[in-house]
Amino acid sequence: MTLFVLIIQRLLLGIAILFLVSVLIFVGTEILPGDVAQAILGQGATPELLENVRIRLGLNESAPTRYFRWLRNLLTGDLGASMVSGADIGQLLGERVWNTLLLAGVTALISVPLALMLGLLSAIKPNSLTDRVISVVSLSLISLPDFLIAIVLVMIFAVKLGWLPAIANIRPGLDFFTVARMMVLPVTVLVFTVLAHMVRMTRTAVINVLSSPATEMAILKGVPRWRLLLVHALPNALAPIANVVALNLAFLISGIVVVETLFNFSGLGRLMVESVTTRDIPVVQVCAMIFCAVYVLLNLLADIIAIVSNPRLRYPK
Amino acid sequence: MNEQNQITPVFEVNGLCVSAQSRKRHLTPIVSDINFSIEPGKVTALIGESGSGKTTIALACLGFARAGCIVNAGSAKLGDVDVLKLSNHQRRSIRGKDIAYIAQSAAAAFNSSLTINRQVTETAVINGIMSQTQATDKAISLYRELDLPEPETIGQRYPHQVSGGQLQRLMAAMAMICDPQLLILDEPTTALDVTTQIEVLRSFKKLIRNKKTSAIYVSHDLAVVAQIADEVLVLKEGRVVEYGPITQIIDHPKHEYTIELINAAHVMPEQLPSARTPPTRSDDSMSLPLLSVNTVTAGYGNSHQYLALHDVNLEAFKSRTIGVIGESGSGKTTLGRVISGLMNIKSGSVALDGQPLNDNINRRDREQLRSIQFAFQMADVALNPRHRIDKILGRPLAFYFDIPQESIKDRVAKLLELVELPVEYARRFPRELSGGEKQRVNLARALAAEPKLIICDEITSALDTVVAKSILTLLSDLQSRTGVSYVFISHDISIIVKMADTIAVMREGRVVEYGTLEEVITPPHHPYTQQLLNSVPVMRTDWLDNLATT
Amino acid sequence: MNTDGPSSVIKKLVSDLTLTPVICLLVLAVVVIVVLFAPLIAPHPEAAILTDESFSLPDNVMLLGSDFLGRDMLSRLIFGARVTLSVALTISVIAFVLGCALGFFAAVKRGWVDSILSRSVDALISFPAIMVALIVISALGSSITVLIVTIALIDSTRVFRVARALGMDIVVQDYIEAARVRGEKMGWIIWHEMLPNALAPLAAEFGIRFTYAILFISALSFLGLGVQAPHADLGVMVKENMQGLLYETYTPLYPALCIAIVTLSVNLLVDWFLKATDAALPDEL
Repeated sequence: MTLFVLIIQRLLLGIAILFLVSVLIFVGTEILPGDVAQAILGQGATPELLENVRIRLGLNESAPTRYFRWLRNLLTGDLGASMVSGADIGQLLGERVWNTLLLAGVTALISVPLALMLGLLSAIKPNSLTDRVISVVSLSLISLPDFLIAIVLVMIFAVKLGWLPAIANIRPGLDFFTVARMMVLPVTVLVFTVLAHMVRMTRTAVINVLSSPATEMAILKGVPRWRLLLVHALPNALAPIANVVALNLAFLISGIVVVETLFNFSGLGRLMVESVTTRDIPVVQVCAMIFCAVYVLLNLLADIIAIVSNPRLRYPK
Repeated sequence: MNEQNQITPVFEVNGLCVSAQSRKRHLTPIVSDINFSIEPGKVTALIGESGSGKTTIALACLGFARAGCIVNAGSAKLGDVDVLKLSNHQRRSIRGKDIAYIAQSAAAAFNSSLTINRQVTETAVINGIMSQTQATDKAISLYRELDLPEPETIGQRYPHQVSGGQLQRLMAAMAMICDPQLLILDEPTTALDVTTQIEVLRSFKKLIRNKKTSAIYVSHDLAVVAQIADEVLVLKEGRVVEYGPITQIIDHPKHEYTIELINAAHVMPEQLPSARTPPTRSDDSMSLPLLSVNTVTAGYGNSHQYLALHDVNLEAFKSRTIGVIGESGSGKTTLGRVISGLMNIKSGSVALDGQPLNDNINRRDREQLRSIQFAFQMADVALNPRHRIDKILGRPLAFYFDIPQESIKDRVAKLLELVELPVEYARRFPRELSGGEKQRVNLARALAAEPKLIICDEITSALDTVVAKSILTLLSDLQSRTGVSYVFISHDISIIVKMADTIAVMREGRVVEYGTLEEVITPPHHPYTQQLLNSVPVMRTDWLDNLATT
Repeated sequence: MNTDGPSSVIKKLVSDLTLTPVICLLVLAVVVIVVLFAPLIAPHPEAAILTDESFSLPDNVMLLGSDFLGRDMLSRLIFGARVTLSVALTISVIAFVLGCALGFFAAVKRGWVDSILSRSVDALISFPAIMVALIVISALGSSITVLIVTIALIDSTRVFRVARALGMDIVVQDYIEAARVRGEKMGWIIWHEMLPNALAPLAAEFGIRFTYAILFISALSFLGLGVQAPHADLGVMVKENMQGLLYETYTPLYPALCIAIVTLSVNLLVDWFLKATDAALPDEL
């Protein structure tokens, strides 16, 4: 019963955070700048023009009124129009959301199992040769900027060898094979960026579980190693591991922004960077909202996994 | 001992050496040249203080050495099989099945994510000895034998859903599931409250007798061991100093260390030294209380949601000691925190020399702060590891007294002398001191303030018995020299009886019995006091059996 | 008995000094000297166009060749590193002072003070860092001040969590309780009792925050949203020379490698420091 209450609580908290995120995004983008109209029109704007823009954008109304209108529109699917091109944001997003999801999804599919495997591998025998190699390599990867990995890979596989395209401008109508070929380099770069952190955190989480007296007891009971890992350690490591995966989404998101820009990949990240450059506030708001919502929701999921996997919460006494 | 005996031993350890291995492969011996043997159905105890290597030996008997340690010589034979020479795989099949282990803290040793039954029956099932149903039935019968409540269903719970004492017995069931030839019990009752310890000890004894299992019992408490063991190895710094039948060890100890251990053990009321003058109500020194706690109620959480003290009344007198006894959760530590001002009061008051004390430490003046000092349980964490001893002792001097920097050095030296430590220790860090020495510094820090009252919160419970005894002697010395009063908080009634002039027995936040030493220990007792008195193991082999019949 | 005084810590650090940390220390020393005395060391002014050839090959005049505008790449790198490192250092110092002060304060005060601070930090952390930066930059534009303040603020939330976790561990120790019973003031307790015990992990955390700041500011500059012309940091130099890839030059690789050399050296040093001092950072980092 309490478990149910806890999950409901966590869900409500998630909704509250999403709400808060939307407020902060709105405040961050619309209220801070002082005068958006001035920003759009630049220094040479006449007072009449400024007034026109203000009316068109509803800038003369109070901030809360504008916020709630914006939120209502957002929730009903009316995302508004770009300030720069006038294009409908919904249409602008369409393809790009799916492209980014594809990029992130494939990356996660490869990096999460790989990271867990490598993390487990180094945690089973701390300070072994495997552990030390994994530790040094992952530490180096953490230290490298995303674009360095990208540049090196592009130099080798696109420029020197010519095996893969250096840009990944996927667009509708391309066949699967072409898309797959284009995705190889961006996905590889992303996997490298996310992997290192995840491996290190998984290692710490599993070592914490394995160094408990309960593990020593299991060894002294004659439990075989595979059983020790899967039956004894895994249920206890589930919560920290879910947490590790969720935490690394932050690195995935910043990685996506850089990689999409670098490979000319038509996705949400690049759209956002372009909109920030042109200060196209409505587009920035929507993109930020999408990224943040996904991040919040997946962290929420990790929290719920942690709650469900804890017997103290499942069977309170 | 029994070389000429016809009976072949179940388990035999010869020339066992275990060493710590540094990163540069340098070996430091932890235990060396350990020899002993166990006959069928007999219990051998390993007795020693912390650092004596007793747990290391127990683990080596399972063919296990903790990270950083290796077994570098000797044999441990179960029948004809040398446990130390087995492959990892063979060792695994022996552990749990032929040699089973009971750890000190069941709360930590049980996996919190699996049900109790699953963990209890695991060894039997994975070794293919029983089916899951057979194993569960066996577990239930073991639960019954161990006097566990609701034996049919208790195993379906998770570890956090049962009490500490029950968990310890459930671990015994886990160890006995395959009817092992050898049972290893590593301080199995140390983490428990005294009254629970008796129950658990009784269950263990019954189980071992009924099943005729051979066992190794590891403990620091000779009186506990006397109830259960047939033979004893006394260990000191990794070596055996004495080995023989329990009666011989207790009644005719040969080695001086064994004698020291026995002398430092619990002293029961009837063995009290008669030199001490028991105070009475009419005593002059007991007319005006130094400190009085008046119907204090206090608790934790928002606005004292969880009450830890209910209407507590007691008094401390000049140059006297009030002993506060209770088990975990009795509120005795909370009482200490309330007196020192670390915790707010819900209702009631605390007064020093008749003057009321503010319950908020920030509102007490320097003189009041100086008058009441606190000595903590764990000297390890009570001294800042980054400060040298002279800084630790110098700070209260500088804080309470306006004395020049130069004379602080002399005062620190005097303090070290007072607690019988060499003056050179002033330049050391806490880590460079032993546990007992740290506890002396801890006391010196309290004395630096020249207080009227020191609250001693379980200050000897983390120490080995011999060291603890020396600290207690020091406390008595200091009292007669400086006239300081103590509030002596402990869970161990035998220590309280040794130290206190008046006694308050606490249970669940209330004082259930309060009076002079004589009033409290002379029958008739409050039932709970009686239970506490009964729980102190006596250095006699028949104590537990006789207790069971009363 | 092992000793644990400051002098023995240094002894331990020295005895654990293997080849790797020595190399890292040397690398960082060289970088610091080069960056401090950039105008004296750089062979050419950073903005001077020396040739009309883009991406010219290295020669005696230009040791690393020219960039896309024909400026000396080596001199550009030296001045670029100066910008990157000084911005990153400012960010981490601000983040550190702010995060540590508030983190320790929350740990000592507990109660509602801790609740308010921790919940505010939780709220900030529920945004991915890059999103906060992009939102602020879209609103305020990208000036050095905006960048420093924004990234320092984002970073300080992480420092806050570390400092608070460390503080929470220390504050429950009996020696803090002992100081409180003595009647010590909070400031004294934080400074004399807590800080010495948190110093080693905090030093390590500073190194980690510093590398994080370098990577973050470089990524923003690479996206064109960080340091703006006429200034240029290493991230900008990667971006502006990216077309060089098509000419099969290594030019964009140089600034990226400069960043990697510094961050890798710092991270390896932190690793060695943590192992040698037996210090540990709180989990979840």
